[in-house]
Amino acid sequence: MGGRLLVLFLLLFTLPAFAADLPHWPKAKGEACIASNEVMRRDHPDMLKHQRDDTMRLGIRGAKASLKACVECHAATDSAGKMVPVSDPGQFCQSCHAYVAVRPDCFECHATTPKSPVREASR
Amino acid sequence: MTELSRRQVILASGAVLIAAPVQARAPGEPASARSRWGLLIDTGKCSAECNVCVETCKAEMGLSGHDRPLTDAQYLRKVNVRDPATGAAHSVPVMCQHCAKPACVDVCPTGASMKRADGIVLVDRHICIGCRYCMMACPYKARSFAHEDQTGQQPYLPRGKGTVEGCTLCVHRIDEGRPPACVEACAAKARGAMLFGDLNDPKSDIAQRVAREATSRIRADLGLEPAIRYQGI
Repeated sequence: MGGRLLVLFLLLFTLPAFAADLPHWPKAKGEACIASNEVMRRDHPDMLKHQRDDTMRLGIRGAKASLKACVECHAATDSAGKMVPVSDPGQFCQSCHAYVAVRPDCFECHATTPKSPVREASR
Repeated sequence: MTELSRRQVILASGAVLIAAPVQARAPGEPASARSRWGLLIDTGKCSAECNVCVETCKAEMGLSGHDRPLTDAQYLRKVNVRDPATGAAHSVPVMCQHCAKPACVDVCPTGASMKRADGIVLVDRHICIGCRYCMMACPYKARSFAHEDQTGQQPYLPRGKGTVEGCTLCVHRIDEGRPPACVEACAAKARGAMLFGDLNDPKSDIAQRVAREATSRIRADLGLEPAIRYQGI
């Protein structure tokens, strides 16, 4: 009897811990990612870090992993048809990063939405 | 291999070449020291009131200012010069001169100021600490510092607070085989004062003109060997 009560008590009070909200994010535009989910979740920082130096310093373009391509595929569009930054709360990048409590600084410099049309010069 | 045939096709088509055709590099191929990209700017075709290149550069690079001319980012500016002895006045577009021996690279403590194999001088903002040594070292005043948080960046040009930035010679376009935005705009909307091309390729228009005509470089006395050459000053 006491044991059952204890189990019930434990269940009631520990359930919220198991029910922590897992991240949700908008669906990506593309067919498939460049690697499986497991690989991407674990290795995307290394992929991007390696590729950024290749592109920046050696001038190698068209690499498999590219932050620009990630953003192009994963940036969502809101109901008004406007692009939502991937670093906004609940969006692709931010939802997981908030969940695991990391704060990447990519988007202090990098564009958070796919290419906006270049403004025509004034003349 | 395809270089010559493509060139012949373009020449045979009778098209007016506003810029030397540039070969887009194959994906995965690094920039090579075989090329050295440069500009030839004819100041005789450049009027003091024309600002097409400057405006185009700002739009292309997503540079939004705060209406503070002293500190707002600028990759390209117009400098009006006048010879006091003769009164001869010129308006000169000045950007990063993409030196062969860049002072900014010499003084950079982190290795963020760098020269790519094809001679384009860039800032690797991933490791720039914003010390601004390069801004002091550069005799061309070609670099700016981002003082504020930035928004609305272009995907091909990341820029952020606390880093130094400057003209990239539109490296994102060159890698795609397109000329820099200022050159394209000057040819389309102004008088085509700028010629872009590969200084190392004897077949390119720019190399032929530089070999044939008198050109000058700003502060040539410093021996930095800029890739931007001027005519008429």
